[in-house]
Amino acid sequence: MPMLSSSVIISVSFLYIGLLFAIAYYCDKRADAGRSVIANPYVYALSIAVYCTSWTFFGSVGRAATTGVGFLPIYIGPTLTFIIGWMVIRKIIRISKANRITSIADFIASRYGNSFALGALVSIIAVIGIPPYISLQLKAISTSFSILQGYPSIIMPQDVNGTSLLHDTEFYVTLLMASFAIVFGTRHIDASEHHEGMVAAIAFESVVKLVAFLSVGLFVTFGLFNGFSDIFARAEASPDLKRLFTINGISGHVSWITLTILSMAAIVVLPRQFQVVVVENIDERHLKKAMWLFPLYLLLINIFVLPVAFAGLLMFPDGSVKPDTFVLTIAMKDQQPLLALLAFIGGLSAATGMIIMEAIALATMVSNDLVMPLLLRMDWLRMRMRDDLTGILLAIRRGTILLVLFLGYLYASTLGTSYALVTIGLVSFVAVLQFAPAIIAGIYWKGATKAGALAGLAGGFALWTYTLLLPSFARSGWLSASFADHGPYGLALLKPYALFGLEGLDPISHATIWTMVFNVALLAGVSLFTSQSMLERSQAVHFVDAFKQSQGNGGEWRGRASADELWSLLARFLGAARTETALARFEKEYGRTLVLHGPADSDVVSFVKRQLAGVIGAASARIMVASVLREEMQDLDEVTRILDEASQLVVYSRRLESKSRELEAATAELQGANVRLRELDKLKDDFMATVSHEIRTPLTSIRSFSEILRDNPDIELEERQEFISIIVLESERLSRLINDILDLAKMEAGTTQWVFEVTDPKPVIEQALAATSGLFAKSASAKLRTVIAEKLEPVRIDRDRFTQVIVNLVSNAVKFCDRDHGLVTVKAWQEDGLIRVDVIDNGQGIAAQDQEKIFERFQQAGNTLTDKPQGTGLGLPICRQILQEFGGEVWVTSEAGKGAVFSFRVPIAADAPATAEHGPSLAQDAVLDAI
Amino acid sequence: MNSPAKILIVDDEPNILLSLKFLMTKAGYSVRTAKDGEEALAEVAREKPDLMLLDVMMPKIDGFTVCQRVKSMADCVDVRIVMLTARGRDVEREKGLSLGADDYITKPFSTKDTLERVAGLLAQSKAEPSSESAAT
Repeated sequence: MPMLSSSVIISVSFLYIGLLFAIAYYCDKRADAGRSVIANPYVYALSIAVYCTSWTFFGSVGRAATTGVGFLPIYIGPTLTFIIGWMVIRKIIRISKANRITSIADFIASRYGNSFALGALVSIIAVIGIPPYISLQLKAISTSFSILQGYPSIIMPQDVNGTSLLHDTEFYVTLLMASFAIVFGTRHIDASEHHEGMVAAIAFESVVKLVAFLSVGLFVTFGLFNGFSDIFARAEASPDLKRLFTINGISGHVSWITLTILSMAAIVVLPRQFQVVVVENIDERHLKKAMWLFPLYLLLINIFVLPVAFAGLLMFPDGSVKPDTFVLTIAMKDQQPLLALLAFIGGLSAATGMIIMEAIALATMVSNDLVMPLLLRMDWLRMRMRDDLTGILLAIRRGTILLVLFLGYLYASTLGTSYALVTIGLVSFVAVLQFAPAIIAGIYWKGATKAGALAGLAGGFALWTYTLLLPSFARSGWLSASFADHGPYGLALLKPYALFGLEGLDPISHATIWTMVFNVALLAGVSLFTSQSMLERSQAVHFVDAFKQSQGNGGEWRGRASADELWSLLARFLGAARTETALARFEKEYGRTLVLHGPADSDVVSFVKRQLAGVIGAASARIMVASVLREEMQDLDEVTRILDEASQLVVYSRRLESKSRELEAATAELQGANVRLRELDKLKDDFMATVSHEIRTPLTSIRSFSEILRDNPDIELEERQEFISIIVLESERLSRLINDILDLAKMEAGTTQWVFEVTDPKPVIEQALAATSGLFAKSASAKLRTVIAEKLEPVRIDRDRFTQVIVNLVSNAVKFCDRDHGLVTVKAWQEDGLIRVDVIDNGQGIAAQDQEKIFERFQQAGNTLTDKPQGTGLGLPICRQILQEFGGEVWVTSEAGKGAVFSFRVPIAADAPATAEHGPSLAQDAVLDAI
Repeated sequence: MNSPAKILIVDDEPNILLSLKFLMTKAGYSVRTAKDGEEALAEVAREKPDLMLLDVMMPKIDGFTVCQRVKSMADCVDVRIVMLTARGRDVEREKGLSLGADDYITKPFSTKDTLERVAGLLAQSKAEPSSESAAT
């Protein structure tokens, strides 16, 4: 006969848990690879079956054995919810997906304007309300373990009180479950992401527990008995068992109804159920299949409850074996160790599934809605400054898991002995039932306010504490037992199980009724007498109208509004200060004081409309005002939409402001550029006009004299000669001019080709001076004197251009030197690494204000009183261009009346390899033309 | 009546001055010349001409200024002024005419055309002599 030693049981348990890990790991990997295993309605429905805990696995039989069909409401409720109320679930799913909801606390807090208080309260209720339920699982595992360990004898485990911690199975189970949940559930940080691996593991567990329970059921029904009819017939034959077929009295019916209601809510509002049904839902359409798959699962797992219960009662008539253990003990009694082990694993899977999901749901809730918001509010922690909060988040979640499981352990080891499994679970059901009114009102009644939800939750939770938690403390001796039996201070009206004289009900029904009465009454009552913030209102619209398309409708207003309401509307957009100003303006404009209370007249309405239009535009303003003018804000979603737009408008207008500032700057720049362009344009026009003038002038003489000669054949020969030579001279002048203009234009455009060579400047200067001898020959008086140094270092120059400079300067000097005793002196010498050339005349000199001007184009100094200066007006600008190209410079020094000195210099070539750079010279005749 | 019309030619270009002097003398007018605006005003002050051929771009005082000053002299309103310019831009033509010039000739000019215009203007002023000229 095989033995089931504890080591075997433990090994099998660990193998099972290892398998769960493997499934979770595999599915997570698949999910990462984008091939989700859980994205189908069957896995979804199975994961919802996490609802069936060890309480179902062991407890249903227990409850059936004591109350008969009384176990059924726990499964009828969820079935009803899924078949009738699936639309409610769908709405919750739709809303949660849209808002990235992470937990039931998150859901409620979001609905009521992202209220921290509500989220925290929901989290606290859950953390206090759920541990009894967890304790149930711990108790189930340790109890089944202890019993199985005793195989083949069936020994009920003793009270754990008194045994040392080392031998406390529940404690080890707690530690194991905690580490299991931590490893499973706190791998991802983003709580709104799906825990695919975990969901897959949970679904697998649902299969395991169903298979295990069906195996036991089939074995019992068809192995030990001859089918259902056999068991029921034998049960009916027993007088003790017959009572189990009926519901007894009023309290029995009330119990049925309250349990049904409790479990209808529990299938969604239990934190773990919300997690699997809503948060982990991948596709809203899966719900359509789950709405019959999940009830089918419930039906299957309940089919054998009554047969097993009856069989147990028939097999253990003396009551020595607790009905809660029948699933296990029947198999043991019939010497079926493998079946017993399967039953144990089934129970284990039911328990672990619940513990993992619940712990994770609570951990998410506590970290996201209670602890983190608190930490973020504590400025001294500087949490906001931290870049990475994931470590803290994980620590909080792990801490929460440990805390919740430890509370469960505490409850199990101290209080839990006083109740049966089912009753303990129901205590938790009533606690989470408190969430239901806030949720249902939240998604169907826009008028439900944050204050109402807070009041309802707090009231219901207080009643739960008073009618269920405190009595259980009393029962376990933490409080005086008389508190539970006779009420505090012996006040019968305040008896926790018969509050305000409501007697004759079981504690759960009693608590359900009172908590719901208070919860709903407070929620409705307080909501009616409090108002919503704008954020709350907008969330209310989003939640209630989750399925509605936004309907834009700006109908005309009917009804009345007080001036006060209109002004507060205005204040919302303008701010208090500007609204005050607007008020003053109104009184000035209409010459009367505004009565704030009392209906608004058309003046106020149109004034407010105009003010608003300035801020949010006319169309929006009209709808806003119309929405206030209505007796009811039927168009709330429109209003909130406009509010959103208005806040966007503020952002836009800020952007626009900065854009328009940029535009102004750009405009100023453009204007500057435009002014500069106009200046350049004017310069160009002036230049063109000047060029035109310079060309037309010689042309005029040429044409005039040509026509004169043509029209006057009788002109004397001498005069004729004179006129012809004028024509020739002016023609020469014209071609010089054109050459110079082209020359300068090329230099300025950089298209001149230069022929640079490193050369001794002395012969170049001497040749240039030789070329000017003609000028001196023509002049009546002018003489040339040269003072050139013995030796000059080589320079890097274009020989022709260099010559052009000297000829230009010397011819200028000849033109401007003293008329009677003209003297032009040319000096050349070396100074500071430069070759310097001075061309000195003894003429009138150049006034200081003209000295710079003469280097500009067509700017001849007006220093000749008698004669119009000859030349093109381009000689000096050309000289300046050439010297720039040589790396040198040209300038003039002069005193009025004392002649002028034109100087230029070019740098001596650094190391003088006398290489010539060749290229075509475009100015070979520049020497001749430069006069 | 039979004394020839007095023409004052003003230009800073000696060759243009020379050609115009030849043309006008040949046509039978009594001709004087000036090389710049200053000299021109001095000549006008010395003896009022019947007509001026006035270059625009000259050193010291330009033709526009001379035109304006002459026209603003009490007894010179009827002096006919023909502006000569090598700049040939419409704006300058407008400016000259607005300052009281009677005609505007662009260089290089046709000698025939210039003579015709001068003759035309002189004929006009003979036909409608002003009170000032009568008083002179």
